Amino acid sequence: MMRREWIYAWLLVLPAFVFLITFTHLPAVEALVNSVWTTAKGRRPSMFVGLGNYQKMLQDPIFIKAMINSGLYAALTVPTSIALALAMALLVHRPFKGVAAMRMAYFTPTVLPLVAVANIWLFFYAPGFGLIDQIRQFFGFASANYAGQPDTALYSVAVVTIWKEAGFFMIFFLAALQTVPETLREAAAIEGCSKWTFFRRVTLPLIMPTTLFVSVNAVINAFRLVDHVFVMTKGGPDNASMLLLYYIFETGFRYWDTAYAAALTVVLILILSLAGLGQFYAADKRVHYK
Amino acid sequence: MAQVTLNALRKIYPNGYEAVKPASFTIEKGEFVVLVGPSGCGKSTMLRLIAGLEDITDGVLHIGERVVNSIDPADRDIAMVFQNYALYPHMTVRKNIGYGLKNRKIAKDIIHQKVEEAAHLLNLTDYLDRKPSQLSGGQRQRVAMGRAIVRDPLLFLFDEPLSNLDAKLRNQMRIEIKALQRRLGVTSVYVTHDQVEAMTMADRIIVMNGGQIEQIGTPSEVYHFPASTFVASFMGAPAMNLLDASVEQGAVVLGGQTIAALAGHGPVTVGIRPEDIVPDAHGDHAIEVTLIEELGAHRILHAIWAGQPVMVSVAKDVVAAVGPLRVAIKAAALSFFDPRTGRRL
Ligand SMILES: Nc1ncnc2c1ncn2[C@@H]1O[C@H](COP(=O)(O)OP(=O)(O)OP(=O)(O)O)[C@@H](O)[C@H]1O
Ligand SMILES: [Mg+2]
Repeated sequence: MMRREWIYAWLLVLPAFVFLITFTHLPAVEALVNSVWTTAKGRRPSMFVGLGNYQKMLQDPIFIKAMINSGLYAALTVPTSIALALAMALLVHRPFKGVAAMRMAYFTPTVLPLVAVANIWLFFYAPGFGLIDQIRQFFGFASANYAGQPDTALYSVAVVTIWKEAGFFMIFFLAALQTVPETLREAAAIEGCSKWTFFRRVTLPLIMPTTLFVSVNAVINAFRLVDHVFVMTKGGPDNASMLLLYYIFETGFRYWDTAYAAALTVVLILILSLAGLGQFYAADKRVHYK
Repeated sequence: MAQVTLNALRKIYPNGYEAVKPASFTIEKGEFVVLVGPSGCGKSTMLRLIAGLEDITDGVLHIGERVVNSIDPADRDIAMVFQNYALYPHMTVRKNIGYGLKNRKIAKDIIHQKVEEAAHLLNLTDYLDRKPSQLSGGQRQRVAMGRAIVRDPLLFLFDEPLSNLDAKLRNQMRIEIKALQRRLGVTSVYVTHDQVEAMTMADRIIVMNGGQIEQIGTPSEVYHFPASTFVASFMGAPAMNLLDASVEQGAVVLGGQTIAALAGHGPVTVGIRPEDIVPDAHGDHAIEVTLIEELGAHRILHAIWAGQPVMVSVAKDVVAAVGPLRVAIKAAALSFFDPRTGRRL
């Protein structure tokens, strides 16, 4: 009896298991293995180099630039999109006339493919006739090429991410805010608690699990979502908007240095795991799970 | 401690529903008033009007010397205990109880002292550092009480505070709350749909029905002299028997027999409490017992009297059997109502 149930169980998870192993676990292990070999080229076969590829990174200015950019990019997009998401959720979580339309408007960027979003923003940024430039010109400022200039390219890309993600995260905050009982608000009102204090001392702690969940996702997305970089800047100009994942793509599929790309991938996975774990660990003490 | 006066207080919700019809009454200093009525009759709305959680549509509300119509809940100097306790789940019992004081920027050591006092009074001292999720229902209830009493308010408001507890605990907490209120002497308004709670706790009962106040009176008045058939059937378990009879030549006639004297003419509704019908071998009236309900200390006899169902409550030592039974009635205990309006005659 027991055995049969086990067989059923294994059969049920088998399809998912097969795909997970073939397309996630095996490639990850393979990347790790590849990262300690060199890329085979023409007459030169692949050879074992140990940590050679990793040492190479330390001398690779583009890698260092990509790391700095990715860090900056995460630092910009994660807190901003979360704060914006929460602010939007607070605005629309109580019913009022037209609330559904408002929620829709906030959520729309999320349902668009990132590549489409990037194209929309390319138009906003377009020097001369783009939306932003038209506004600038209206107020008498000179034309500016945000996405095309080294000192603003990374920020231009970050803004798109924030615009796209805030609406998605808002949905989670909306759901979380609905779980804060109305009577708590009333009890607090009677106890002389201002709206702001209530938000800080009651609402925020109670939605902490959601905030944690959202921020883990935001961090992962900051390293994972680079579709718009392809459309908008291609990592340029002069690597100004080069992000780690985009650099991995370039190394692997433009220069076909697959071994080095594998090593870069291992670094990326390491960063993501640490970020995720760190967040759970740090927030553990401050999160109230019901 | 304060007097509370409602003057034609009225609530119409934004959807146009009149949840509280113009209500006027005064709650004396230190009085324990219970608002009772069936679900949806507007008890909570009335309480929330007093608390300031709902806007008053019409009328004037005094708490103490002040008109508080447009004063924030926080500034009305009231404390409220909610049905679901509304404790902050992420705060310890200590923080929960002290939170109202903290908001009022009271010094830490005074808060500490007041919280300790309240905890002592409520037997919560051992639980001060727990979170609400680690407490039993009764303990949570006490924390909610603690939160109300540390504030030392003019007025306590309770909205069905015991309805989430089991029957035994409810009886115990009922007594504790009443004793506490006696001791602190704070004016209190207590909402419940449970008429036993109302009878046992109240100095005065306000019976509501459909947004309207049906009767205001002491538990004894409401029980013995119900102002309407609604009050008669709502208060008391089992409910008062309501029988159709007629007034003919100055006498109330039921089943061809005179049971009391009453001026007037035409149909009348007679109210008799089940304990006011007494089995008596020499009684004037014959009823037919169809079912006996055993309740331990007493029994309820379900019977037919002049073709109408009645309940008779007898002590446990009274011998009773299914079949015909002769009974006497305590004529002084009868109530008479106008069958059309349901009002007491
Ligand atoms: N916000 C609101 N908008 C419209 N109608 C409401 C609102 N709140 C309550 N009501 C209606 O007002 C009436 C009285 O509600 P209230 O909550 O005061 O009843 P209650 O006597 O406390 O009942 P219960 O014993 O079930 O708590 C109900 O019919 C209810 O449907
Ligand atoms: Mg209610």
